[in-house]
Parts: sequence; structure tokens; C-alpha cells
Amino acid sequence: MDLQIALLLGQDGIVNGAIYALLALALVLVFAVTRVIYIPQGEFVAYGALTLAAFQAGKTPGTLWFLLGAGVLVAVIDTVIAVRAGALGRMKRIVLWNLAYPAVVAGLVLGLEPAKLPLVAQAALSLVIVVPLGPMIYRLAFQPLAEASVLVLLIVSVAVHTAMVGLGLLFFGAEGSRTTPFSEAQFTLGTLNVNGQTLWVIGSSIVLIIALYQFFGRTLYGKALRATAINRVGARLMGISTTMAGKLSFTLAAGIGAFSGILIAPITTVYYDTGFLVGLKGFVAAIIAGLVSYPLAAAGAILVGLLESFSSFWASAFKEVIVFTLIIPVLVWRSLTSHHVEEEE
Amino acid sequence: MAAPILEVNDLCVSYGKVEALHHINLRVESGKIVTVIGPNGAGKTTMLSAIMGLLPSKGEIQFRGEVQRDIEVEHLVTMGMTLVPEKRELFGEMSVEDNLLLGAFQRYRHGDRDEGKTMDQVFGTFPRLKERRMQLAGTLSGGERQMLAVGRALMAKPKLLMLDEPSLGLAPLIVREIFHIIADLKQTGVAILLVEQNARAALQIADYGYVLETGSIALEGESRALADDPRVVETYLGLGGKKQ
Repeated sequence: MDLQIALLLGQDGIVNGAIYALLALALVLVFAVTRVIYIPQGEFVAYGALTLAAFQAGKTPGTLWFLLGAGVLVAVIDTVIAVRAGALGRMKRIVLWNLAYPAVVAGLVLGLEPAKLPLVAQAALSLVIVVPLGPMIYRLAFQPLAEASVLVLLIVSVAVHTAMVGLGLLFFGAEGSRTTPFSEAQFTLGTLNVNGQTLWVIGSSIVLIIALYQFFGRTLYGKALRATAINRVGARLMGISTTMAGKLSFTLAAGIGAFSGILIAPITTVYYDTGFLVGLKGFVAAIIAGLVSYPLAAAGAILVGLLESFSSFWASAFKEVIVFTLIIPVLVWRSLTSHHVEEEE
Repeated sequence: MAAPILEVNDLCVSYGKVEALHHINLRVESGKIVTVIGPNGAGKTTMLSAIMGLLPSKGEIQFRGEVQRDIEVEHLVTMGMTLVPEKRELFGEMSVEDNLLLGAFQRYRHGDRDEGKTMDQVFGTFPRLKERRMQLAGTLSGGERQMLAVGRALMAKPKLLMLDEPSLGLAPLIVREIFHIIADLKQTGVAILLVEQNARAALQIADYGYVLETGSIALEGESRALADDPRVVETYLGLGGKKQ
């Protein structure tokens, strides 16, 4: 291996690492707030990428029907609950977010001919469709079980993942897709060729991470999420409802996932089940951070990205094996260095 | 008699098959301090948790003239009920200032954006918190933690403040300071439901008192009368009798 190849692999590793970092942050966030180990995180990556690809291919993405269907389901359940509790005041919100919003989005998508829109508008439309699926899935699958144990939540998480992969196959078919890059620019740094999309991925990952940092450090809602993660009872006593915190963290996670998908769609071919593997690598990074520390998760993600790209050079057949084997020494190290805390009853 | 801000009728709470609270009736009037005293394990914390909606219960709870069905903690907080729990439940890895800000979360959410002003008032009541505003809550001393818990509750501008064992684990000097502050809070018009093992201190500042024993109200009355009641004197105030 000479320096040029090493630089190339390094660049590749950092690009992938940036995406894993975003996903790892989302996983840490969701786990800290809701104790859900969020396996379906990767599906949002695939949904985001493939929704955008469908727009570019001039098709109506199936995720739109998912949004409408999930919206109706949530609306029906919440309406029944509201009527039973005699709290008809809630109806306005229920209809607005679960029926009116998806209907407006459907109107936009069907009326606008997205294939002719500029890339930014297509990406925005994809986010508008995929992101609300996050809180809806929280409402349908996780909210009724909010007090359940981590293991039960994990089982539900696997079920949601399987369902979403199946729906992904139904919506997008078995073929992979690629989207047009955000930028066709090419730069030469010394002996290294850098293309525009690489800079887009790294740049937007950094921007997003800084934005999240500001959100958690500066805004009251961000602090409320942190408070829920630190002390659920204390947060409830301040009027921060577990449901609101759960929905908010699932919304953020869906946003991060779909956005990551849109970022990688031009550089890798995304299939309906690609998200799982991408999500799992984010998960390895999150595990390195013990599912609690954001900076460690980001650092772990870069490590995973670099390990992946270098192992694909030396032993490409084993690259996934090598990446996932990393988790074993990490777990050994963590269990030796950290105290074991029994799960709260 | 003034209209009660909190009226609890026939409240029963069970843990599985064991009933921990039996048919509790209790009233708190606006601007008054009501105390519930009783020994360890009498069900005092259970009662507060049930009123706050943290535990399922049977019976009727009326808050500000409204019967609370399907009580949700968040809704009660919005309506002006705040609980300072026995364990404080602070956000240890966040600063004192952030802990206080979060106390105003429910008001902020409903468009009340005067949290800065409220915080200045809280700092007026607890100057020690102002000195420590940037410190992490987890690094505070026991007394400061209790002050922060009360301060955080005051950020919600409660109509009814419920305090669970504010003297627990604190040095006598700090206990006296905390009780002074509670007595002063009454001047601001907030109703206070004070649950205490330290019967002497509680009866001194309260207007009305209940004695809770093994899940039932054993005695109730004006706190001065309670403090003179021979049963209370013997069991809770000790041989020294009422402190002058």
C-alpha cells in the first residue's frame, strides 16, 4: 500500500464514518430518552434515499402511502382514546398531524411533478414524507409499551425493523437505486482526488452535529429531552411528558436517518435492505460509546468507518466480519472498565 | 370556610393486592399550609404520589374545583400542582440554572415566557442557588439540593406546592432555614401540602394537620390543637412536649 491508496481509503472511511456518526448519535438519543434500542434506524436511511430516487425516476414513492396509512391508523386510535377520556379538545391536533398533514403532502407530491423540481426541493419533499413516520411509529409501536423493560422494547424494535424492510421491498422493489450527486465538482488535494459529494457528506454531517449540540445545550426542548434521559420521574414532575419526549426523539432520529440516506444515495447504491447494515454499523459505534456518550459515539463511528475501508482493501470478503468483530473487544473492555448497573425496576 | 384548592375524597391506593391507603379524606385551602405527619411507612409518600397521578388510585381528587379523571401528571402540572419528591429527583448532570429552567417547562410550552423573571425571584428566595448557578446539580450539598428542588418547583409558579419530607437527611440548621422559607412562601399565596416526619417543625408552621397511621387518617385538626393533643405529644413530639 502506498500513501495515495492510504489517503483514498482514509477519505472513504471518514465519509462513511460521518454517516455512521450521525446514526450513532440518533441511536444514543433514542436509547437515552426511551430506552429503545432502535434497530429500524437504518430503514429510515433506506427510505430517505429511495424516496428521493423514486422522485428522480419520476415515480410516486410508496412511502407516501405509508405516511397516509400510518396517519389514519394513529388518528383512529387517538380518536378512540380521546372520546373515551372525554377529551375532545385533543381532536384538533390529532386531525391536523395525522390526517391533514399527510393529505397536504400527498397533494404536493401528486400535484408538483417532483421529477422536474431541483434537487433541493426533491430532498426536502423526501424528508417531509419520511420524517413524520418516526413519531407515528413511536405512537403505534412503542408508546403503549413505554414502561416495558429494555428487552421487550428491543423485541418490538426488531419486529418494527422486519416490517419496515418488508414494506421497503414492496414500495421500492428489489433493485437498488442511486441518485444524482449534489455537486459534480472535483478537487485535487496534492495527489488526492476529492469529489464534491464527499465534501457534502462530511460538511453536512458536521453542521448537523453542531446543530444537535446547540439544540441539546441551548433550547428548552433539547434540555427537556436530556432531563428525561437523566431522570424520567423528575422530568414528568416538571410536566415533561414521556410521550412528548419519545415522539420528539423519534422525530429527530427519523430526520437524521432520512437525511443520512439522502447524503449517501449518490455515492452508494441503496437497496431496500441496505439500511440495516448501515444502521448496524452506527450501532457498533453507539455501543463503543456505551449508548450514553455522544462524543464517544462520533469517535467510534469514525473508527468503524476507517476500519471498514481499510479492511475492504486487505480482506474485502471479510470487511463486515472485521467491523462487527470489533464489538467483542469493545464489550470486553467496557465490561472490565465500567460498573454494571442493574436496570431500574 | 374558603373554597378548597385540593379536596381528596375516599382515596384508596393498592400495591397489587395490598391496600396501602384506606379511604383518605383531605382538604387544602388556598393560601394555607396543611401538614400530614406520621411515622415511616404510614403511606405519606404514597398519598402524594397518588394525588400527583404518579400512582393509580381509587376515589375522587378535586383540584381547583375540577374533578380529575384519568389524572395525568403533565396536566396537573399545567393546572398548577407541583410536587417536590422525597428523593428530590434533580437532573444531576445538568447545571443548577438548567434545572430551574426546566421547572418552568410546562409554562414555557403554553407560551409563558417570563422564566428569567421567575428565576430572579427564586434566586431572591435562595441566594445560595445563585452563587451555584453554573454548578452541576449532582455536586451540590444535601441542603442545596433541597433548595434546588424547591426552587425548581417554584419555577412552575404553582397554586399548590406539595413537599415530601423536605427535612429528610438535612442538618438541623438547614432544616430550620428550609422551614423558614416554607413559612415565607405562604405569604406569596401558594397553598402548601407538607408531608413530614419532623412533626414538631411541621406543626409549628402549618395551619392544619392530619396524622396518618398505617394508611388511614388517625387524627386531624388545627395544628395548634394537634400539637397539644396528648396522643400526638406522646407519639410524635416526645416527652419534652410542645416546644415554646
